[in-house]
Amino acid sequence: MPKTERPGENVETGKPARKRETEDHRPEGLRSRVEGFNDRARKAVADEQLHDSIELFTHKSVAGRNAVLNALPEAPELRERAYRIKQETMANLDRYLEQMADAIEARGGNVFFAGDGEDVVSYIGDLAQRKGAKVITKSKSMATEEIELNRRLEEDYAGLEIVETDLGEWIAQLAGDTPSHIVGPILHMNRRRITEVLSRTAGEGLPPDVEALGSFARRRLREKFLTADIGITGANFGVAETGTVVTVTNEGNARLVTSVPPVHVVVMGIEKLVPRFTDLSVFVRLLARSGTGQKLTVYTNFITGPRAAGELDGAEELHLILMDNGRSKLLGTEFEEALYCIRCGACLNVCPVYRQTGGHAYGSTYSGPIGAVITPLLKGHEEAKDLPHASSLCGACWEACPVGIPLHDLLLKLRNQQVEEGLAGKAQEIAFKGFESTMKRPALYNISSRAGRLAQKPLLRDDSVRPLPGPLSAWTDSRDLPPLAEKPFRELWKEGI
Amino acid sequence: MPCYVDQINPQVGVSVVRVLRRLGVEVIYPEGQTCCGQPAFNSGFFDEARAVGRRFLDVFEGERSDYIVCPSGSCTTMVSHYYPFIFGDLPVERERSEVLAERVREFSDFVVNVMGVKDLGVRREGKAVFHCGCHQRRELGVLEEPRGLLSNVGGLDLLDWENEELCCGFGGTFAVKMPDVSTAMADEKIKALDKSGADTLISGDSSCLMHLEGRLRRTGHNTRVLHLAQVLDAEDGKAG
Repeated sequence: MPKTERPGENVETGKPARKRETEDHRPEGLRSRVEGFNDRARKAVADEQLHDSIELFTHKSVAGRNAVLNALPEAPELRERAYRIKQETMANLDRYLEQMADAIEARGGNVFFAGDGEDVVSYIGDLAQRKGAKVITKSKSMATEEIELNRRLEEDYAGLEIVETDLGEWIAQLAGDTPSHIVGPILHMNRRRITEVLSRTAGEGLPPDVEALGSFARRRLREKFLTADIGITGANFGVAETGTVVTVTNEGNARLVTSVPPVHVVVMGIEKLVPRFTDLSVFVRLLARSGTGQKLTVYTNFITGPRAAGELDGAEELHLILMDNGRSKLLGTEFEEALYCIRCGACLNVCPVYRQTGGHAYGSTYSGPIGAVITPLLKGHEEAKDLPHASSLCGACWEACPVGIPLHDLLLKLRNQQVEEGLAGKAQEIAFKGFESTMKRPALYNISSRAGRLAQKPLLRDDSVRPLPGPLSAWTDSRDLPPLAEKPFRELWKEGI
Repeated sequence: MPCYVDQINPQVGVSVVRVLRRLGVEVIYPEGQTCCGQPAFNSGFFDEARAVGRRFLDVFEGERSDYIVCPSGSCTTMVSHYYPFIFGDLPVERERSEVLAERVREFSDFVVNVMGVKDLGVRREGKAVFHCGCHQRRELGVLEEPRGLLSNVGGLDLLDWENEELCCGFGGTFAVKMPDVSTAMADEKIKALDKSGADTLISGDSSCLMHLEGRLRRTGHNTRVLHLAQVLDAEDGKAG
């Protein structure tokens, strides 16, 4: 630890001020004291290239989003309607799921209710075996990321090749990396890194320009599109009344994934339902604007059943997997609003914490405010104990959310849940019991304040408290701490203002 | 009066009293008050926050004031928005807190919207940026009031700064639980402040200021840091 303390100097005595403390006392390397998010965040914060990449992406996204939403006078009303539609959907989710399943089956599709990721993996794996499938193409899907579908399929079913076809996802897959943003999966990579990854795949050095890299990707992915036996997509929305699966993309890859292979499998979280087709006029308008700052994504696909007699395209077989994976247990609870999310990524882009750390610091599939909320809800607190605390509760996420999810309030409720379940730790429990008894008794509050003013005397230097050991070092390592005033306000008041 | 203003920045409280008195307001300071309970609340200790909140209700219900004015958007929000939130399942306290919430006003909100004053006729030389605390901006929606008051301060050049809507990184216990991210957030603000050319940083929340000032000093800045009430107080910095 760099030491810049100069003992022996005492500013209490009013000696001429010496040069101020301007050193950062934070130790080099990672702090072992706090595990998890903090350690990952610390690395991320120090990574300037990462910071530049995040800044570029989030600034562009936020500016784009603000521009298109400001140009839409009914945006606040749409947000209100979106919230109410989701509220109503969740209140009747069993009925809407049944309706969706019936509609798909009536058109000759297959429907499977998956309790967890394992169910999804074995359903798709068995299907692939039955079909003798070798190559599976996939369009971008957070639901399948959530259950690590690719890794598990390739491990459990030898000989299956799964190819991501969203450009960003494909590059992440080739690099052995995971997405760091719901919408921009490889925003953490710069052009040099992308060129490196694609050159390795090409077996030759590719020039680092968008044109060359893009055309290599197009060529290579085209081969996969044309030879795939099964196509897997997620779903941005599922319309219960018509049994329509909606996917939005900007690259058109979902069209090739769903129309070339004979079999199309949709993996959809059960919360993606909307009751009526007309509800899409609310959600589709909000999704692209909030996510990418577009009025509409380049491709919006509506798939209602497998290819019917007389139709020219579409998969011959359609399988809809409705995945629960921890969602249904949130229904009817104080956390139900977390299910209203449409995965636009707007809360990540505006989040000042995400903007410093990027997505990987969260250590979970979903990052940013929504990730900090749903990861502990879907996986349990033990898996993500620090995530509800990875927020200054500034509320920018709630403000940006197109469905109006009060994300920072949900984070507060999660913190409370941790306390109620005894996960907050003894030190905090004691500290806040002490806080309560002090703040309930003005006499004790006054005694503490006097004691504090006495205790700080030896710690003062210039007009601030010198870097402290122990838990308060988390503040004083990088920031000056002001001392308690000589006289608190209440004394000044008594003396007369 | 926020507990950290009481204990750390009492001069902010003094300025609040002076400004209010100049406007002809009779000021009462209930001496039994302590803290609103927000530190416990933000850390998830709702029971402890409720206990402290009940005391707050007792103390302020006992006063016959028309309004409760608080020089902090954050503490105001705790009382006006989050008391009803934590007392949601307790009908009696919930109602008490909802009634009290009607009387609680953030300082600039009170000056502009209750007293109808937009110009306090004070002077303060300098080039300033204003940081609006997040609770004040989003929960209370009181952003134009402090800006308006500052724009009428003679000699004060109120500058725009980049990403002014970003949080300063304080966030209560967040600042010590996630120190690296919190500090990086402060650095982001300071970068924007440097770029703006301001020599003064003003906010309606002393807690944001404590955080930003702590980082400013540590990084060798001598930016002047003031609470809104101090800027509006003609006597601030003079004697006493």
